[in-house]
Amino acid sequence: MSLCEMTHQCKAALCMLLMNLTISNTRLQVTNSSCNFPDGPEKTGDIERIKNEGKELTKEEKQRLRKEKKQQKKNKEKKDEKAPLESEKEKKPASSSPASQATAQPPTQKASSGVPAPAPVPVAASEAPSPVDKPAKSKAELKAERRARQEAERASKQSKKGEVGQQAAPSKAKAPPSELQPVVKRLPEHIQVDNPEVLKKLAKKLERQQIPLRSDYGYKVSLFSHLHQYSRKAPLTQQLSIPSSVIHPAIVQLGLQYSQGIVAGSNARSVALLHAFKQIIRDYTTPPNEELSRDLVNKLKPYISFLNQCRPLSASMGNAIKYIKKEISNIPSQCKEEEAKSKLQDCIDCYINEKIILAAKAIAKYAIEKISDGDVILVYGCSSLVNHILCEAFEKNRKFRVIVVDSRPRLEGREALRRLVQRGISCTYVLISAVSYILPEVSKVFLGAHALLANGYVMSRVGTSQIALVAKAFNVPVLVCCETYKFCERVQTDSFVSNELDDPDDLIVTRKGKTHLEHWQDVSSLGLLNLVYDVTPPDFVDLVITDLGMIPCTSVPVVLRVKNVDQ
Amino acid sequence: MEFQAVLMAAGGGSRMTDLTYNTPKAMLPVGNKPLMWYPLNLLERVGFEEVIVITTKEVQKMMSADPKIKQDVKMKLEVVCIQEDGDMGTADALRHIQPKIKTDILVVSCDLITDAALHEVVDLFRAHNATLAMLMSKAHEFTETVPGQKGKKKTAEQRDFVGVDESGKRLLFMANEADLEEGLSIRKSILRKHPRVHIKTGLVDAHLYCLKKSVVDFLTDNKSISSIRGELVPYLVRKQFSKTINGQKTKDDVEDQNQKKSDSKLHISSRDEPLLQLAQERSCWNDHRGDMSEAYHGGKLRCYVHIMDQGLCYRVNTLAAYIEANRLAPKLFEEPVVHPSAVTSERCQIGSDSIIGASCQVAEKTSIKRSTIGNSTTVKEKVKVTNSIIMHGVTIEEGCNIQGSVICSNAIIGRGADLKYCLVGNGQRIESIAVFQLKECVSVFVLN
Repeated sequence: MSLCEMTHQCKAALCMLLMNLTISNTRLQVTNSSCNFPDGPEKTGDIERIKNEGKELTKEEKQRLRKEKKQQKKNKEKKDEKAPLESEKEKKPASSSPASQATAQPPTQKASSGVPAPAPVPVAASEAPSPVDKPAKSKAELKAERRARQEAERASKQSKKGEVGQQAAPSKAKAPPSELQPVVKRLPEHIQVDNPEVLKKLAKKLERQQIPLRSDYGYKVSLFSHLHQYSRKAPLTQQLSIPSSVIHPAIVQLGLQYSQGIVAGSNARSVALLHAFKQIIRDYTTPPNEELSRDLVNKLKPYISFLNQCRPLSASMGNAIKYIKKEISNIPSQCKEEEAKSKLQDCIDCYINEKIILAAKAIAKYAIEKISDGDVILVYGCSSLVNHILCEAFEKNRKFRVIVVDSRPRLEGREALRRLVQRGISCTYVLISAVSYILPEVSKVFLGAHALLANGYVMSRVGTSQIALVAKAFNVPVLVCCETYKFCERVQTDSFVSNELDDPDDLIVTRKGKTHLEHWQDVSSLGLLNLVYDVTPPDFVDLVITDLGMIPCTSVPVVLRVKNVDQ
Repeated sequence: MEFQAVLMAAGGGSRMTDLTYNTPKAMLPVGNKPLMWYPLNLLERVGFEEVIVITTKEVQKMMSADPKIKQDVKMKLEVVCIQEDGDMGTADALRHIQPKIKTDILVVSCDLITDAALHEVVDLFRAHNATLAMLMSKAHEFTETVPGQKGKKKTAEQRDFVGVDESGKRLLFMANEADLEEGLSIRKSILRKHPRVHIKTGLVDAHLYCLKKSVVDFLTDNKSISSIRGELVPYLVRKQFSKTINGQKTKDDVEDQNQKKSDSKLHISSRDEPLLQLAQERSCWNDHRGDMSEAYHGGKLRCYVHIMDQGLCYRVNTLAAYIEANRLAPKLFEEPVVHPSAVTSERCQIGSDSIIGASCQVAEKTSIKRSTIGNSTTVKEKVKVTNSIIMHGVTIEEGCNIQGSVICSNAIIGRGADLKYCLVGNGQRIESIAVFQLKECVSVFVLN
């Protein structure tokens, strides 16, 4: 605190001096005080005298000042070199009390000025008179030391900034925080579409993997301009050769099915992906001088990029890919190719069996406990797991009826409705705009999930959070059903940061022969937004039914931790 | 490998015998390129590297001699020769090359000239795991007067009835007028599954088919099918709605087993069928709505068609089509009007929609409009050529006037001849000062 006051006092004194002196170069004044200490304490006294007296500097004094300025410049350069080392030392001294620091500072500064031999002497010299002249010199010395320290810190900061600026920063937004945090976190590419650097990097990577780049389509609403938006009428296969040689045909077929929506839904996509991987592994032959465990993983990378271009990967697909890559890398090098391939295929079958089929059975078993006779259950969209639960409950002769809530443009609820009615369950069908009208009748809400995030948020089809909110307002319990393989280590609190934009032309509908939105691109102030996912906060979710049991939403990180420990 | 391309180039051109009695259809010049160059170019552009060409020995000889095919086509052509006179249909040819087929095939006919985006057809084949995917196009009226034909009246061509579903992609039935005796009858099972059917008649079948490998295997067992277009495609389209394929495989009757044996080859049996089933079950997608059945009505056999409404698509199997193709084929490719090796004098007028072939000699005061002049043709002075197709090696003496005609290779037109809407065969010679014209549909054909 006292240092600050002294700084102000010095500054005030300097200003006065400036006004009086004809020398307008303020640097001289600053360097004047800071280059005091290399010359020794006697100069301090001179300049102090001048300042206190307010007299004009004589010619000799001006020359002396100029010399001191030159020396100061040299000292500064040497200080810059040793600034990173000094910054540590300076930081430590800065934390402790300033008074005791005052004497410690000049020795370090003297050392950094590149004169190590006389350093101990001035130390002794400064230390010797310091207790004697403490009241008189402490002010000036402190001021000089402080100034030197400030300059050293400034120099060290500049050098640090230089280092950070030289890095090819993946995101501009992260540059300022990186100075504060030691760890620079990389944002994934698919949510930085408005950053041209990131796009260039992506284009280079795809070019290297020989995969065509899919171009964005249409005007994007500004809030979501950081996400990709593709058109279904421009498939990626347009730019591929027809007997696809770079990408395995199974992957091309899968990518087409994803982009056209033929395979939709988290479980279906994962199963189809693993099926395609099985075909790839079957058709794979290890090239000479390569190891299966490393080469196969490298072969999978362009395929995954291709699938990502067709449709952004889901969390469940990401987890499945991680599992496969781990299994492939864990194959011992002595293993023969045929053996390894059959082992991998068994692993895939095992994974699907455990994580999807058996998990569905386990979840159905838990969920049926929660369904009692006379229940009115509300479901949203078409979740394969929720449909499975309801069908199983119906088989076990529970008496309940279902209300299916649907929303445009996907209208997936119709498919759910068909599957339930085919089994014989009595259903009601409403659109999401009627949810608050129908909720007084509802006793429970069952929701499916696309992924469960590490902070307990549920990522699901857009509209789910709305239903959860309204259900909460009506005090209706909301149960989310989700397998553990969909648990994701990501954290998200809003639906903007990471989402998926579907084809905006899906919103165009023809009624009575008229298509009002046909030329929406020509209207400059109109944007069509077709969101796919949204996140529901854990306050609205009462229970999550997983294959490990029924857990509250906030226990998701525990499950993740346990899973990681197991693996 | 995903696809193997098969080019059918053994056809005889039965509907334009005037042109093909000497030159095989596959090597007829269109825009100074042999006809089979066009589908080969299409396959090359799309990315194929190998093509199996089924053709006759004669065509093979001409192919190896033709500069266009030798130089421009970079793909590897595997030529399979079949007997010329044998009545080998396209399906028989496929059966013949069955040992070479390892994957799904893309069958193209040699007389197809199109600029269609092939990926549309192939995407239907891939995305829906279809057994058959084909290309069709809206037919265009032929506007040119055809030599040797009675005016604008079309020959009574048998119409094709093609039924597609609401989306316009799924092929529901296909029948030719010749096969229908009284009327067009549609099975109730089709109507129950697809209540809205669009029936189209004015479509040109491009003879471009994507077929699954299991179909080729099926052909080896069923030797009665000899033509792809005539028999195989209608059979597959009918089989989509057949009960034996869709029904539950729980019966163990003997006759059912026999039927199953013959039909089982058509099943798309992938090794991981249960996984695919699981994925389809869990997927919330359906190709139709309004009834209680699952996607594709549980059918395993699916036929799709892509109908182009814009762009070129011609099958050069009649004279009219041949002339039309000659008119429009140059527009497909950016090529200079006059071949660099042709010698043309300054005082001749050559229209921009004409093509002069290689090593031609065009003398002064000639006027060539909307015509195609073949390679090594000599055109002497004061000749007027309009709206005509002149093939290779023709000599046209001075003062001739040729309008709307087709002159085949190596013909010699004597001095001062006046030909209107005529067709001159190969190597014929028209005497000087002869006047032939087609007035009121009197066709003239010179055959020595």
